Amino acid sequence: MRRSEDARLLTGRALFVDDVRLDGMLHVAFLRSQHAHARLTSVDASAARGRPGVVAVYTAADLGDYWRPGPLLVPPPPIAGLVFNPCTQVPLAKDKVRHVGEAVAMVVAESRYLAEDALDDIVVEAEPLPAVVDLEAALAPGTPRVHEHLPSNLAAHAVQRKGDYARAKARAHAIIKRRFRYDRGASAAIENRAVAAHWDQRAEELTVWDTTQAPIPIRNGLAQLLGLLESQVRVVAPYVGGGFGPKIMMFYPEEVLVPWAAMRLGRPVKWTEDRQENFFATTQERGQIHDAELAVAKDGTVLGVKDVFLHDTGAYDPYGLTVPINSQCTLLGPYDIPSYESEFTAVFTNKTIVTPVRGAGRQHGVFVIERLLDFAARELGIDRAEIRRRNLLRPDQFPFNNDILFQDSAPLTYDSGDYEPALDAALKAIDYGRFVREEQPRLRAAGRHVGIGVVCYVEGTGIGPYEGARVTVEPSGRVRLATGVGTQGQGHFTVFAQIVAEVLGVDAGEVHVVTGDTREFHWGTGTFASRGAVVAGSACHAAAVAVRAKVLDLASRELEAAAADLVLDGGRVHVRGDPGGGLALGALALKANPLRGAVRPGTEPGLEATAYFGPDRGSTANGVHAMVVEVDPETAQVEIKRYVVVHDCGRVINPMIVEGQIHGGVAHGIGNAFYEQLVYDEEGQLLNASFMDYLLPTATDVPNVETTHRETPSPLNPVGAKGVGEAGAIPTGALFAQAVEDALADTGVEIREIPLSPNRLFELMQEAR
Amino acid sequence: MKPAPFDYFTPATLDEALALLAEHGADAKPLAGGQSLIPAMNFRLARPAALVDLNRVGELSYIRSERDGRGGGATAIGAMTRQRAVERSELVARAAPLLAEAMPSIAHPQIRNRGTVGGSIAHADPSAELPAVMLALEARFRARSATGERSVPASEFFKGLLETALQPGELLVEIAVPPLLPRSGTAFLELARRHGDYALVGVAAVVTLDARGRCTAARITFLSVGDGPVLATEAGKTLAGQALSEELLRAAADAAATRDVDPPSDIHASAAYRRQLVAVLTRRALARAFERAEGNPS
Amino acid sequence: MDPHANVEVTVNGVRHRRAVEPRLLLSDFLRHELGLTGTHVGCEHGVCGACTVLLDGDAVRSCLMFAVQADGHDVTTVEGLSDGSGETLHPLQAAFREAHGLQCGFCTPGVLMTLVPFLREHPDPDERQIREALSGNLCRCTGYQNIVAAVRLACGAPSSPRA
Ligand SMILES: Cc1cc2nc3c(=O)[nH]c(=O)nc-3n(C[C@H](O)[C@H](O)[C@H](O)COP(=O)(O)OP(=O)(O)OC[C@H]3O[C@@H](n4cnc5c(N)ncnc54)[C@H](O)[C@@H]3O)c2cc1C
Ligand code: FES
Ligand code: FES
Repeated sequence: MRRSEDARLLTGRALFVDDVRLDGMLHVAFLRSQHAHARLTSVDASAARGRPGVVAVYTAADLGDYWRPGPLLVPPPPIAGLVFNPCTQVPLAKDKVRHVGEAVAMVVAESRYLAEDALDDIVVEAEPLPAVVDLEAALAPGTPRVHEHLPSNLAAHAVQRKGDYARAKARAHAIIKRRFRYDRGASAAIENRAVAAHWDQRAEELTVWDTTQAPIPIRNGLAQLLGLLESQVRVVAPYVGGGFGPKIMMFYPEEVLVPWAAMRLGRPVKWTEDRQENFFATTQERGQIHDAELAVAKDGTVLGVKDVFLHDTGAYDPYGLTVPINSQCTLLGPYDIPSYESEFTAVFTNKTIVTPVRGAGRQHGVFVIERLLDFAARELGIDRAEIRRRNLLRPDQFPFNNDILFQDSAPLTYDSGDYEPALDAALKAIDYGRFVREEQPRLRAAGRHVGIGVVCYVEGTGIGPYEGARVTVEPSGRVRLATGVGTQGQGHFTVFAQIVAEVLGVDAGEVHVVTGDTREFHWGTGTFASRGAVVAGSACHAAAVAVRAKVLDLASRELEAAAADLVLDGGRVHVRGDPGGGLALGALALKANPLRGAVRPGTEPGLEATAYFGPDRGSTANGVHAMVVEVDPETAQVEIKRYVVVHDCGRVINPMIVEGQIHGGVAHGIGNAFYEQLVYDEEGQLLNASFMDYLLPTATDVPNVETTHRETPSPLNPVGAKGVGEAGAIPTGALFAQAVEDALADTGVEIREIPLSPNRLFELMQEAR
Repeated sequence: MKPAPFDYFTPATLDEALALLAEHGADAKPLAGGQSLIPAMNFRLARPAALVDLNRVGELSYIRSERDGRGGGATAIGAMTRQRAVERSELVARAAPLLAEAMPSIAHPQIRNRGTVGGSIAHADPSAELPAVMLALEARFRARSATGERSVPASEFFKGLLETALQPGELLVEIAVPPLLPRSGTAFLELARRHGDYALVGVAAVVTLDARGRCTAARITFLSVGDGPVLATEAGKTLAGQALSEELLRAAADAAATRDVDPPSDIHASAAYRRQLVAVLTRRALARAFERAEGNPS
Repeated sequence: MDPHANVEVTVNGVRHRRAVEPRLLLSDFLRHELGLTGTHVGCEHGVCGACTVLLDGDAVRSCLMFAVQADGHDVTTVEGLSDGSGETLHPLQAAFREAHGLQCGFCTPGVLMTLVPFLREHPDPDERQIREALSGNLCRCTGYQNIVAAVRLACGAPSSPRA
């Protein structure tokens, strides 16, 4: 099934935000802080205002009442004893800057070139303060505070418990205890962010084009902030060049300031982030340090886990605790872990804000549990695949309640799953047994360093609250589908069209999908947590089912047949056994909207329905990844020989799209594991803010992924789907570590951190000597 | 990321270009392929007041064999010759296989389609392939200004980080690569994080053998281990008069790593890791160069 | 000195004449002066490849050229690959659609413009060659696998050996 959006994308006719061009449009550049932490004493923009071509320059002082910290986007779940200090980002820094790249002033000019020229004219006086960079040092007494109204840099503290870990520990045959680190990376969508805004004075309507994954909340928030009715604001997320999480924020300063300036100046205004800004101003993820221990019986049965970790939330925490709670919850994996004690402390630092990036903290949890299992296996003399098998949940244990709260405030409950066959399928696909017994010993004898890894994971996906969709059969017979969820490449257009087409018996090509435009549909939340296909897809399904009922109702009257005898097929309704007869859907649509005559009381015009879907809780996808690597111990270069994925995301609507999501996720995961790392110095300066030095994996760095689908349908939604958008990226770090460590078994290297690099591997080998 | 304004000139001849450079002095920069200069300008790290665009100076773009009367002349390359043209040149493949071998390691075809040989050498990035290759090959660089012309050997051309012997107003106009001696073999090897990236370490090696397979001359150079290309004199000495053996390669590699280089640490590689790579790549490149020399009796 | 310079350039077979600031990048010229927004911009320092166009038939980064430098030259952008209406796809574009060689599609124009000259020179590339040819174009969505498959499909080869 081809994607309907592709022809436009392939020929260069798809509209991305930076493509928006309106008469009289002005362009924006931001002056951004050079300091990670400093007190601002003055910002003088007078010279900039006088530069030819400059229309306006705004500083915090110019914003008046519009200067407000952003809303708390995701309030934390009600965990008992939770401490949470919300400190949300500000549109322009006022008294203090808290990370390099924080916006200090906004220049609006006739071109971006002129706007950038004017940045040099702005005189900023700042008193640098010591920067808070290191996670552990951040909490030490006497450390400078990122937010001075708080007693320390503690952003949050939470403990969640299940069972009795102390008892498990007392009974354990062995306690495996390690410290693990995961460092920061960038989401690095190839399209940077952009916002364009147009205030139509006559219609009193604000149109905003935004590279957002959540146009509806942005519209609602903007209306409130600018004192407009929601219906006066239209937010369009047209084609978006990759999201991966950071394109969902509320608000990025630029998202507020550009529309505000467009209204104030009465001219269209556009800002497009450049790559350098993206490294400072777009949210990032992943700094955590875990001290974890595993209590395990002699036969490898896990009795309990204790994990205490630090989470770097950056300079502000508008996204609440989604990331660390995902880490906390995902650690339990597909395993039956009777006792769990997990405590985390989120810490403010003078670095870019942390919000979810593909995986959203889940990789940390997977890394910790999978590495602990590897070390346990080694210590107990059990095969790595076997120790996993011994601890997997059995099919009869579902739904399985883990007794702790997930990010959506619901108890962490796995809806369904069948884990052992997935493990077996992966072992078979990579030929684990033969590799370990024959190939590896043979190659090792020849001096080659080859290793294999296999890891399991679960992913909570498809969480609420809800999404909606409207399905309309037009008189042409074509079907219109509108939903609030935007698309950033996941192929939602196509998947939604397929879902609706199947219900209405039309060709998917006849379903015209509009997403991400609040004028078309304005209820919903956004694309996050791998929920598009699940939640919005279910809403599409529900709306289509409602339209189908209308079709059947009308057609049974028109055709004088019982609804049960009618068939929807090929864009027509006909009586079973009479495919030539019946009525076209378009003709029915016309009849449903008569221009004259009487209608039956209670009848709604048209073949149209709107429906919503809100799952009680998320559905749990799972998977197993396996990989074979070869390492050159002289140069510390790693070559990925094979990469196998077995995954179960419930019912697969479009295998091609699901596989594509997995390929991209694995590549992202490999980037995180071996190429990508945001390197900050002790002053909080980012040392590699370019694509020259921040290394995204290229075509020569990622392997072909061999994918096997398994389908354990979710009982929680009518489609049976579970999310898949992040799956590929989640287990990769753990897998890479395991496989490389296995390849280097003779060196005694133990890998407890991600990302690695050849340089870091070399250092670890030196240390192990 | 938009460049600051500048005055722009498009001379059609070398003389015009030199006159413009003389006129505008230190404020003007020559623009060759722009593949290093324009990114720097987009970041506003470079803000030249004027650019003298050499792209229309046709006379600076050529690859030809200089006749020296003895049948084996130098290969002369005009400064504005695109890297892609060198990569595809049969003459270069024959006369300077080391250069040909190194070319694909420079960035990507889309960059090499614009980037020039002269631009890379004049830019003198310590991680660039061409300076190290030219130093290994003992190339000579012809430099010209409005007032005259001179020839500078590679060994005197690279002065430090992004610094060369070129004076303001002076253009690099030609690179002359001398022919290899009989029974010479060359090899280029580098290790980069990703295909096309600047290397973590790279090595260029030229070895010449006598009829009995003993090394009569060896030039080994490195990139990415110092302020500019680095010639490994100690490793070269280790090889003098010796025939190929595993111990010899190890000794040379060891000399290179411990005595010839003093590499920097940066976010991609520590000094210690670079030293290790120097040793490994030296050994591997020399083995290849020896083998090729043996296969090159004439 | 007048800060503007004339540029006359043929883009996708159409001659355009404009007076522009010399510092205007070719990428911005194509996108914002000529409205050919199919050419994308992802980094403006030559790494991502999204801005790749053909200059006299060779792939170059349009973010690393000034528009004035294109004076008298021939530029082809992604809009020039298919027929004007965008109805009939170039065989490579068709293969990308068939093999799901794009997701968000932001990198795609640059990828296509890299591949067109590559395939002209290597009509029957192996996987290694394809991957090396692609290594100057970053894609964050596809993991490249289906891009490789699309290239193989365009060359009439069966798609990936495995998977
Ligand atoms: C993504 C990317 C990756 C790259 N990777 C590599 C790599 O792996 N290895 C590598 O070596 N290079 C790499 N480069 C750089 C590329 O090879 C450049 O082309 C080269 O370094 C400079 O050549 P140029 O012709 O583009 O010079 P320009 O950028 O035009 O000029 C560079 C400097 O040299 C001066 N200059 C140019 N020509 C002359 C002359 N004839 N006389 C005097 N001064 C002159 C200019 O004024 C300027 O200061 C990469 C570039 C990019 C964008
Ligand atoms: S925008 Fe030109 S290479 Fe990235
Ligand atoms: S398809 Fe999104 S970057 Fe390539």
